Amino acid sequence: MDLLDILLQTGFWVAAFRIATPLVFGTLGELLCERAGVLNLGIEGIMTAGAMTGWLAVHMGADLWTGVALAAFTGLLLGSLHGVLTIPLGLSQHVAGIGITLLATSTTYFAYRVILPDATSPPRIAPFPPVDWPWLKAVPGIGPVLAGQTALTFLAFALVPVLVWLLYRTPLGLAVRTVGENPIAAEAQGLHVHALRMGAVLAGSALMGVGGAFLTLSAFNAFFFEMVNGRGWICIALVVFGGWNPAKALLGALLFGAFDAFQVRLQQAVGGAIPYQVFLMLPYLLSIVALVLVSRRASYPQALMRPFIRGRR
Amino acid sequence: MRPERRGPPIRFERREAAPPLLAALAPLVAVVAALGLAAIPLALAGAPILDAYALILKGSLGSAFAIGETLSRATPLVLTGLAVAIAFRARLWNIGAEGQLYLGALAAVAVGSGFFPLDTWPPWTACAVVLLASAFAGGLFMLGPAWLRLRFGVDEVVTTLLLNFVALLFVGMMLEGPMQDPMSLGWPQSAPLLEAAELPRLFARSRVHWGLPLALALALALWFVLRGSVFGFEVRATGEAPAAARFAGIRTGRVLLGVAFLSGGLAGLAGAVEVAGLKGYLTLDLSPGYGYAGIVVATLARLNPLGVVLAAVFVAAVFVGADSMGRALDVSSYTANLIVALSLLCMLLAGLLVRLRPVR
Repeated sequence: MDLLDILLQTGFWVAAFRIATPLVFGTLGELLCERAGVLNLGIEGIMTAGAMTGWLAVHMGADLWTGVALAAFTGLLLGSLHGVLTIPLGLSQHVAGIGITLLATSTTYFAYRVILPDATSPPRIAPFPPVDWPWLKAVPGIGPVLAGQTALTFLAFALVPVLVWLLYRTPLGLAVRTVGENPIAAEAQGLHVHALRMGAVLAGSALMGVGGAFLTLSAFNAFFFEMVNGRGWICIALVVFGGWNPAKALLGALLFGAFDAFQVRLQQAVGGAIPYQVFLMLPYLLSIVALVLVSRRASYPQALMRPFIRGRR
Repeated sequence: MRPERRGPPIRFERREAAPPLLAALAPLVAVVAALGLAAIPLALAGAPILDAYALILKGSLGSAFAIGETLSRATPLVLTGLAVAIAFRARLWNIGAEGQLYLGALAAVAVGSGFFPLDTWPPWTACAVVLLASAFAGGLFMLGPAWLRLRFGVDEVVTTLLLNFVALLFVGMMLEGPMQDPMSLGWPQSAPLLEAAELPRLFARSRVHWGLPLALALALALWFVLRGSVFGFEVRATGEAPAAARFAGIRTGRVLLGVAFLSGGLAGLAGAVEVAGLKGYLTLDLSPGYGYAGIVVATLARLNPLGVVLAAVFVAAVFVGADSMGRALDVSSYTANLIVALSLLCMLLAGLLVRLRPVR
């Protein structure tokens, strides 16, 4: 059966890891925000802005890592706006997040049009190359798959244990989780609720920016309008699916990447018998199904979307 | 004895509700602030600021034609604004108006372009059938996320956002498949609505159509419903104090489903009036983000159905004016989206500012 053969192809798994990478960055970023009690619906816009700034920096002559850093900085800036609006000011996280997404997206498109007024086809850059280490390629099975990835994928996967350690093994992580569960208790412990939440939102938003930059600096080699295409919203679903745990979220992102890569190959195998839109719908529908499946045991951070105002219960 | 206090000499505290006059002023302040902030990117883009704003004003309200364009652009925005306002009133976070709009438009062309012999029916029934079909489609599409929230506790923000993509892909599939116009030469485009199903124009030499009075009537009706009906009271209670509402015997689940259907239906209608009043057929670029702009409209209106009308006219004026300014000065037309997004964030802040009260 050739459909099962797909699962044995190296190219399929290379694609699965590649598709998962921006989702890993975005999901970890959103997870960090939500663990501190802030729902960041700005993610879609932050990823768009990160994709543009990272690509633009490289297009203008900076090296690739500078592009990544700039994308992270863009995420940081937009995150600070989200943080100020929702943390000390305590405004609606829904409306603020959608506002940030609208603002970031429109500013990005506006800037792209202003900077490149007469670009008919998007200018291309030289993206991150696959690592291609010979010793890694020699590892049977997973070796060639990993060797086909770029440095950013390794960074994304390395961030998962770092975040697990940070959240579950350090006082800082305990503090972040506390402000997301019970800010009043955190305050009583002498923790600075606003500072911790702000830090989490800033760091998380920076990760989202890098996730966007992966699209332009590694997965593709140019910036297209609407290239983020709902990945930010899928990340939000993945955070719930992963139960706010970085390791499970990584698993979710990989499953999603595998499914998406499979869907593309299935589409080719089926030919024109089924409209291609059906396949393109599947990732979004799958995200919704995943949310329903975990809904019974989803344990939201208790203070998610609850602003903390000192002296008020 | 009052304890010694450190900190700034004037302190502010929040109150539950702003005084009505201040609250009414908040959107104005927000809009002015947004226009001020948007000057920064415009200046960076090298546009002469004052000329740019003069052109936006002239292009949106400067002539009878411009006003007509603004009003016809405001028509779908009133409807999506109402869709978001009623949902947010009940704390049902419907971010899916864009998808519901497209499904409404799809339903409109499905029943209105030859499925029924509408041309032989009594006048206005054809329009009514098309509009009802679109409202039904949009409403049904929003029932899904609402039901998932009630049954499984799945957050409707994420589901409605994801379903926007699904809806657009579905419409694309229909327009490239069974519902494609055979005369469209392979372009993804529906067959045109029958003439009987089209909403007539209100004036000669203007694109304002009967969708505008319809939208205004719905805004008025929704205002009455929210203010003076049992359902309106239940909606507000469900939104503001769900626990209390349940204790009072309100079946909040049913109320939410009702609100979802109403909200999705209004967004679906927005799609139908665009098709039946303006375009005549459905393509994949029917809406330049009317669904998302509905969130801005509703927020600027402080979720008041009558305020939605004013806010929709403002947002429409920004879109129409920035279009014509962009053409004249060769500045990206994304200026409009920028101003609209800034208005949303400024309104959020203004809504907070008017609730602050200085304490001695």
